[in-house]
Amino acid sequence: MSAPACTWLGRSVPRLEDGPLLRGLGRFVDDIRLPGLLHGAFLRSPHAHGRLTAIDAAAAEALPGVHGVLTYGDLRRVLTCDRIPLAMPAGAIRFDVDPFVLARDEVCHVGEPVALVVAESRAVAEDALALIGLEIEPLPAVVDPRAGLAPDAPRARLDCPDNRVAATEAAYGDVDRAFAGAAHVVREAFNLHKGGGHSIEPRGVVARFDQAERLLTVWDSTQMPHQAKRALVRTLGLAEHQVRVVAPDVGGGFGPKFVFHPEELAVAAAAMIVGRPVKWIEDRLESFTATVQERDQHWTIEAACDAEGRLLGIRGDLVHDHGAYTPYGVALPYNSATNLLGPYRLPAYRLAISLCLTNLVPATPTRGAGRPQGTYVMERLLDRLAERTGLDRAEIRRRNLITPDQMPYRTPLRTRDGKAMTYDSGDYVECQRRALALAGWDGFEARRAAARREGRWLGIGLANYVEGSGRGPFESAAVRVGPSGTVVVTTGATAQGQGTVTMLAQVVAEVLGIAPERIAVVAGDTNASALGLGAFASRQAVTAGNAAHAAALAVRAKILQVASAWLEASPADLELVDGRVQVKGVPGSGRALGEVADALAGAPGLALPAGVAPGLAAGVDFEPEGLTYCNGTHVVEAEVDPDTGTVAITRYTVVHDCGRLINPMMVEGQIVGGVVHGIGSALYERMLYAEDGQPQTGTYADYLLPTADVAPRIAIHHMESPSPLNPLGVKGAGESGTIAAPAAVASAVEDALRPFGVRVADLPITAARLHGLLAAAGGAAP
Amino acid sequence: MTERRSMRLTVNGAVRTAQVEPRLNLADLLRHEFGLTGTHVGCEHGVCGACTVLLDGATARSCLTFAVQADGCAVTTIEGVADPDGALHPIQAALARHHGLQCGYCTPGIVMTLLELQHDLDGAPIDEPALRRAFAGNLCRCTGYQGIVDAALSVLNAGAAEPCPSPRPDPAGKGHA
Repeated sequence: MSAPACTWLGRSVPRLEDGPLLRGLGRFVDDIRLPGLLHGAFLRSPHAHGRLTAIDAAAAEALPGVHGVLTYGDLRRVLTCDRIPLAMPAGAIRFDVDPFVLARDEVCHVGEPVALVVAESRAVAEDALALIGLEIEPLPAVVDPRAGLAPDAPRARLDCPDNRVAATEAAYGDVDRAFAGAAHVVREAFNLHKGGGHSIEPRGVVARFDQAERLLTVWDSTQMPHQAKRALVRTLGLAEHQVRVVAPDVGGGFGPKFVFHPEELAVAAAAMIVGRPVKWIEDRLESFTATVQERDQHWTIEAACDAEGRLLGIRGDLVHDHGAYTPYGVALPYNSATNLLGPYRLPAYRLAISLCLTNLVPATPTRGAGRPQGTYVMERLLDRLAERTGLDRAEIRRRNLITPDQMPYRTPLRTRDGKAMTYDSGDYVECQRRALALAGWDGFEARRAAARREGRWLGIGLANYVEGSGRGPFESAAVRVGPSGTVVVTTGATAQGQGTVTMLAQVVAEVLGIAPERIAVVAGDTNASALGLGAFASRQAVTAGNAAHAAALAVRAKILQVASAWLEASPADLELVDGRVQVKGVPGSGRALGEVADALAGAPGLALPAGVAPGLAAGVDFEPEGLTYCNGTHVVEAEVDPDTGTVAITRYTVVHDCGRLINPMMVEGQIVGGVVHGIGSALYERMLYAEDGQPQTGTYADYLLPTADVAPRIAIHHMESPSPLNPLGVKGAGESGTIAAPAAVASAVEDALRPFGVRVADLPITAARLHGLLAAAGGAAP
Repeated sequence: MTERRSMRLTVNGAVRTAQVEPRLNLADLLRHEFGLTGTHVGCEHGVCGACTVLLDGATARSCLTFAVQADGCAVTTIEGVADPDGALHPIQAALARHHGLQCGYCTPGIVMTLLELQHDLDGAPIDEPALRRAFAGNLCRCTGYQGIVDAALSVLNAGAAEPCPSPRPDPAGKGHA
């Protein structure tokens, strides 16, 4: 059954989310007030590594207003296990380094939670923290993962025999033979830093345990309420019906809120122990020192091509800073390794990947999830090969792009679920061509020359990328129409600003012929949807969108079946318009959807109409066949001030293809936001640690996020290559903007400084770092 | 902890009184004592701007302002911006129209900053770089700022000719790959 011509899909429908948020009537975790609510504050390790030898809580417990000072031993009494079982399955992981709810006998990074104070107010709880006597015997810390892999390195954790927590590789083809026959080989080391998620709303948890019902309710600023529920059920020994996790309005996710953190369990356990609801809201210093972050990768890599600039092989090593615990397996560096291929044909490849434990916050995905680094390495290598071969940077890319006639293109690599990494659709050649045309690539030398006459140094750069989006294994959505006529969509998908509610309402509106604003979408509540995964891997339009679409089609079929009997018309002669089902072209001939729902809700002892199964509702768990690959090209113009090393981005062009667009306005919002996040990674964001593992950047005065005055205006052009892998033909868009930005910016900066001979390799390209490179280069060639 | 102090202020036009610890900040007073949770706290060190309110008409970081400093002042929060009849302020409406918000957490602070800017401009036009500098003290991680810029320009320059360069004609051709 097909829906009528599109009414709601592909339109920039205003967002349903906006009204309350604009009025200050959103409901974020810290906005939740409950009777008897107490407040938590965490005592955190001041050392990067050490043995926890004593905690003296007597003075803190005696402070008026304090209801409890809880340590590992106190919480362990209500837990089923010592550690929080979080690790994603990965055969390559050698050690069990799941975290404890609070540090047990060893602290492994600055900021690791050691004790939880519960008090009448947050202020009193923080007063009490200062009264706790904490004894830690410091141990040597591992900060640089390269040093951590040395045979004589100190151990980052006493319970692991060494620091190489995992080793894996991405490899295919005869790479050594490829290099032996190459016309050109380039080698380079790239030290790549990627910043944290930095949602403006920090993490936060409110937990309430109803002793009579034995019912735990947790409001959690999370991307993954269903996963949080699973962790709570398992660790607290409760059954599924006794735990409800709700993600209310969430003030940004960007990856870290994917991960279940120890604080989420600690606050829930504390609520059970003290018998009162407990709230904990992370402060910003805690965000810097205890929220998972993405951080350092060190690549040593070489690329080979033939005399015409065609890639023959890439080989090298990647050392990945894993942090102190393992909440995410090997996915992060594996994403880097696989996304290196990008939209190019690469005949042979071997990347050896080592994950090193360090005494730093665990490293897990932030927006882009390791892909920007892989893309960066490939694109920098192509720039190097362009220089070596004398080809234009765009031309060497064009020669290596996968062509449309090769689609679907099966790469020799495998994705996390073991399936072949296959690009499903797209026209990468046309995408780059359009980007170059829109950005005026061919006319740039005139702009460069004009700028030089004004004493300005201008450069241009480009980068291509793909992103595997819409990761499975499934997402759930149900559509139900009640006798009131209200259409309710419930889903396991979650919202942190992406517009998930509007997107799902549009999809269902299209099928049921009812305006999106008349559809209620309930996302982020484990009581609303039995199954669900949540927000990661730019997946929800693909997975939840298609689930809601299929569910709405099933509901539509039921409506037509009932109405066909009632109206004595063939289903083919019926239409759904404005909340009614009617004979085509005969307004007023039909019945309201609420009437159909009322009939299918049943009456005691009476038959349902038309032999239709009960209830005007359907639920679908959509299982994508595989990842669907969006792609794009970024072209950047940047001006560099050689005196200060400051970079200003003057033009930014994106051509992007995420398949069929559901809401172009929201897709553009995702891309622009992603690009500016990527510009942060490229130029500003750097989490610094001293040699002893002490964080050096704990405020937004030290750690710079992109601000409105440095963010460029971004021109976006859409292509729409529908994905053959799902009925809506959609692909993900949420992270793609971040992926190419660092590579394109680096290419432009290096191009601007070509007369100085400056080579841009490491990220971020801070003004201080670039100034250092300029000083070392010794000035412009005449 | 020290003894509490009495204070009196006007919030969104209504007189409020409170007994506060001297260390209580204005954001916590508004949020937790008065239940005005539209003012958001993002960094607690005065950089992110999410907690921006108007204090006697001028923007202030309510996370860095002690509640007692607002004694005798008039405070406007996001809850006081829309018309009493419910109509959104033009800046709020423009933010929705131009997709100037995603998660909405920074939005109240941005609205307050733009309100002050609108007042200060007093009808004079503003160009894009100046506008971007004017709210560079409000961090947004979602939008990349472009929708906010477009929304603000549409309102602040409503009386003037179209201030933004219109999109260039598309030399790449339209549509599907």
